[in-house]
Amino acid sequence: MSTEEELQSNVSVASSSPTSNCISRNTLGGLKEHNYLGLSDCSSVGSSTLSPLAEDDKATISLKATELTLGLPGSQSPARDTELNLLSPVQLDEKPFFPLLPSKDEICSSSQKNNASGNKRGFSDTMDQFAEAKSSVYTEKNWMFPEAAATQSVTKKDVPQNIPKGQSSTTNNSSSPPAAKAQIVGWPPVRSYRKNTLATTCKNSDEVDGRPGSGALFVKVSMDGAPYLRKVDLRSYANYGELSSALEKMFTTFTLGQCGSNGAAGKDMLSETKLKDLLNGKDYVLTYEDKDGDWMLVGDVPWEMFIDVCKKLKIMKGCDAIGLAAAPRAMEKSKMRA
Amino acid sequence: MNYFPDEVIEHVFDFVTSHKDRNAISLVCKSWYKIERYSRQKVFIGNCYAINPERLLRRFPCLKSLTLKGKPHFADFNLVPHEWGGFVLPWIEALARSRVGLEELRLKRMVVTDESLELLSRSFVNFKSLVLVSCEGFTTDGLASIAANCRHLRDLDLQENEIDDHRGQWLSCFPDTCTTLVTLNFACLEGETNLVALERLVARSPNLKSLKLNRAVPLDALARLMVCAPQIVDLGVGSYENDPDSESYLKLKAAIKKCTLLRSLSGFLEAAPHCLSAFHPICHNLTSLNLSYAAEIHGSHLIKLIQHCKKLQRLWILDSIGDKGLEVVASTCKELQELRVFPSDLLGGGNTAVTEEGLVAISAGCPKLHSILYFCQQMTNAALVTVAKNCPNFIRFRLCILEPNKPDHVTSQPLDEGFGAIVKACKSLRRLSLSGLLTDQVFLYIGMYANQLEMLSIAFAGDTDKGMLYVLNGCKKMKKLEIRDSPFGDTALLADVSKYETMRSLWMSSCEVTLSGCKRLAQKAPWLNVEIINENDNNRMEENGHEGRQKVDKLYLYRTVVGTRMDAPPFVWIL
Repeated sequence: MSTEEELQSNVSVASSSPTSNCISRNTLGGLKEHNYLGLSDCSSVGSSTLSPLAEDDKATISLKATELTLGLPGSQSPARDTELNLLSPVQLDEKPFFPLLPSKDEICSSSQKNNASGNKRGFSDTMDQFAEAKSSVYTEKNWMFPEAAATQSVTKKDVPQNIPKGQSSTTNNSSSPPAAKAQIVGWPPVRSYRKNTLATTCKNSDEVDGRPGSGALFVKVSMDGAPYLRKVDLRSYANYGELSSALEKMFTTFTLGQCGSNGAAGKDMLSETKLKDLLNGKDYVLTYEDKDGDWMLVGDVPWEMFIDVCKKLKIMKGCDAIGLAAAPRAMEKSKMRA
Repeated sequence: MNYFPDEVIEHVFDFVTSHKDRNAISLVCKSWYKIERYSRQKVFIGNCYAINPERLLRRFPCLKSLTLKGKPHFADFNLVPHEWGGFVLPWIEALARSRVGLEELRLKRMVVTDESLELLSRSFVNFKSLVLVSCEGFTTDGLASIAANCRHLRDLDLQENEIDDHRGQWLSCFPDTCTTLVTLNFACLEGETNLVALERLVARSPNLKSLKLNRAVPLDALARLMVCAPQIVDLGVGSYENDPDSESYLKLKAAIKKCTLLRSLSGFLEAAPHCLSAFHPICHNLTSLNLSYAAEIHGSHLIKLIQHCKKLQRLWILDSIGDKGLEVVASTCKELQELRVFPSDLLGGGNTAVTEEGLVAISAGCPKLHSILYFCQQMTNAALVTVAKNCPNFIRFRLCILEPNKPDHVTSQPLDEGFGAIVKACKSLRRLSLSGLLTDQVFLYIGMYANQLEMLSIAFAGDTDKGMLYVLNGCKKMKKLEIRDSPFGDTALLADVSKYETMRSLWMSSCEVTLSGCKRLAQKAPWLNVEIINENDNNRMEENGHEGRQKVDKLYLYRTVVGTRMDAPPFVWIL
């Protein structure tokens, strides 16, 4: 479990430099990820390095981060993921953030393969651009496909950054079929309404080919006080931790003063019940509307069941959430459903 | 005509209904312009930012019906951020203030709020018809105000909108006195439906011709509704996972048999085989069939149904029907005019679905075919050449090969020749969408032959600026050009600025256009709104020293007579 050790040390370093955390409110690894992606205004370490951590760790972490995110520019730093949910192994299938421009099509296949097949966006290319990553141009163009003709305008594209505004990132969809095709935003040109409807239909029926979650499952996410809503694909997360961090990133701009939040939470093994604590600590509560129309607290039921019943998400202020469906009721419901 | 009094001329104009023709009339002379504008009741505005409501009303004070389109077409594919614009509220506010007698409002790709729907419902006594296509931003509360306040409501047609379903009782908001409904389409609502209120409403609407239900209406309710409305012409059914029991099945069949006027069928998000077969008796009357959401229906059941539909003119289907299924369509549906084949597997799993063979079969079997949208795995030049020969009457030809840049799978050549054959043969072609591996050559063909082309969609195509130049120089009737991921840059963009005055809009995303190029364009053409859409801070583009050479993510430009719009969000930079 060398990963964990590294990560433990990561955490301690991270919490020792809280100022660098300001850009990202993530307690657990925001610092790392920013620097990994070269957001120079975030830390003094410099844009081309991967981590601001202790020298001895840097090399290892850099390497680690490199490996795990090859060809997946902009995806969550795996180390961070692991901290959030140490119960699960470091995941290669990173999940996309949903920026202002929903990019639900953007699922990138396993990087190495595509790099080898002569794609334009090899990881080494993206690395070269870190140095000039200041302008952090949002891009949804990190597709890779084998027969890329010379028409792809790649050079101007920066790596999508992992900054809280929720930039898009390519992901590794390990659950896709072996062909593992890269997916491009807005391609194939099918209306989102159609995609969503077909996805819901597929979800509702029995899995024919055993592929879990063959469609996207988009739900709206609202937040008290935010001027507009967002949408997330629940199927693109594997657990509450990922969902939580993705939502955090998405809604950072709307919350106040969350710098240097409790690093303590990061050290805990984040089980599903702990999610509540995390969010409660920030005075926001994540709730969801289930199939019956009731507003429930997120985190009570197993993840799989949750995505089955969740119709909508809402980030409520803690004080507003008093009296919300508590654990017993949720368990009751889940029993009824089982 | 100058010897006729105005009233007579106006009466003649009444017979001229198409927008294009009326626009043409108004240009003949001043007196015709005047007569035309006072008599114009229906106005179509293809880009809501090309004009503002005040000017619209000044010119057409007797306006009764307004059609507005907001976001650019590529917004359908998530290429335009949600907050980009296209708000209808200012329009409704202006129309309300002017006390114009609005009766009909049709919106496409606009942001509609409950507030605007409420205002709409209260401001126009004779309001009759609301059609919303691909809109968003409102909830069932807004629908409730329409239901409650529009006393003469005839059409409530909601097509593929994103509506927040508050599961309220909007259907019960229709007063008992409301008996004028002709169209009721709420298929896109996701929530539960008050079946009692719905049945009562349908029962008291003798003029109801089009009824499209959402997925929450169960089979027995459907049967009861059909019994209440045997005059129905256009029916959208819900979602039926399970085969009905024998009693329900018989009731359904009996109800369906009574609907002798039924011509159009849609819905079937899920349909157990027996639910489908209950419809077989009326299939021979159907002219329109939309099974494009029926992901779970097996190809064979689809085919069985289609074999009964000999009079079909319009078919929307999923590619799960396969080439064999399309052959059945080709041999059965000789009246077919429009075909859309949508992809059923959107994750690119490579399930083959349909290929060039299906397309060729259709073209051979259906001589009246004029509109096609075809998603497929592969294509060949030979097939396209054959299709062009078989069907020289295409008006709309949209081909989407799922894998970008895919060449002819037999010869590995680009598909230039195939598409070239299409544009050469189809002299009335108005809309074209390209895909597959394409070089500048295809654009040469398009520029040379596609004289009537009004809308062209390009993705992952071309080699150099010449491609775009061929199109801009050649297609005299071009209105909407949308390009993504193609290597066209400033040279093409700036070659003929005046061309954009003849077009509605140009979209270029992930191309080679630079910021300085766009700035120069904006300078040369003050009557254009040149919008740069960047999801990050636009300021960063300036800061970066390379400012001029920085490539622009998304460019959307359109002609306008009212200048820069005031409602653009921060990430849209209007030069």
